[in-house]
Amino acid sequence: MKGFYVLLAVVGIGGAVWLVYAARHKPEERPVPTTAVPAAPASGFRGYTLGSDSAPVHVAEYSDFECPFCAAFATVQMPQVRTQLIATGKVQWRFRDFPLSSHQYSRTAALAAQCGGEQGKFWEMHDQLFFNHQWAQTGKNPTGLFRQFAKTVGLDAERYDACMDSQRYAGRIEESRQEGEALGVDHTPSFYVNGRKYTGPPTSDSFKALIDSLTAQPKR
Amino acid sequence: MRRRQAIALLALGGLFVSLYLWLHKLGLIGVLQCGTGGCDTVQASRYADFLGLPVALYGVVGYTVLLVVSLVAVQQPDQPRLRPDVALAVLAAPGFLFTLYLTAVELLVIHAICRWCVASAVIITAITALSLSLVRRRL
Repeated sequence: MKGFYVLLAVVGIGGAVWLVYAARHKPEERPVPTTAVPAAPASGFRGYTLGSDSAPVHVAEYSDFECPFCAAFATVQMPQVRTQLIATGKVQWRFRDFPLSSHQYSRTAALAAQCGGEQGKFWEMHDQLFFNHQWAQTGKNPTGLFRQFAKTVGLDAERYDACMDSQRYAGRIEESRQEGEALGVDHTPSFYVNGRKYTGPPTSDSFKALIDSLTAQPKR
Repeated sequence: MRRRQAIALLALGGLFVSLYLWLHKLGLIGVLQCGTGGCDTVQASRYADFLGLPVALYGVVGYTVLLVVSLVAVQQPDQPRLRPDVALAVLAAPGFLFTLYLTAVELLVIHAICRWCVASAVIITAITALSLSLVRRRL
């Protein structure tokens, strides 16, 4: 019995020390954005798209570049979605930023993607950020790595740097997040199919089944 | 007796896990240490609150009660009465069912896994199994 109480005390003291340590060692301030979020642009940017404007089904994806489940979707499911649904003209896919406040570098990554988009390579940067997702696990500032991604996809490095330094798309990213919040996005990735929230599993097969059923409906 | 002691130790461990998540919810702890990265997603979701209170707070209260009851049970003599064992099982079973619901939400709705939630799920499952085995042995 005495041994039990000793063990209980050890667990209790160990747990208390752990909690105190966790409370005292808060992370560093977020490096980006370091300035106030600019006002949303008046252009009403609605996100980068893949697929035809005339596709019968429109899917909006609210995603966070640092989110591992978004990365899993982008790397495992999205290639099938592109082949089976976007390339066939059934779907237009729209990417919307939804950076979670709890992720340290989500907005930096979203800015990098937008700066890629400025030079016509949003989706290339999107793929770099998701297919090389190790940066999200290290906790280190990935700004230099993102610059490498930019070079890899063929961006003009000077223009990319100027874009990142100016944070000119920070307002656009915040606007997208606010839009998602207003729609009720409560996790990432979240999807809206023709404006309605998609609650099924985030797999290419499920999307294909849903979109096939939507496109198969007889026109009146 | 060993099983009651194990329940007390598990409840204490569960209490610290719940406290960690609750303190984070209160803003007293910065970023959750989470290998999967899913903790923030889970904690930021609307399912992190239940009936207007943080889910972690339910854990803090539940594990505290389990700890107290199990310590009372440990104090019982070698011919223990059934009552504390039944109390442990009655307390643990709803916690286990609630954990099942939360785990299903993580997997099927949020599509994110928080390792601290998994730790709590393992703990409450073990406590439930041990308390049920205690009741069964006395019947």
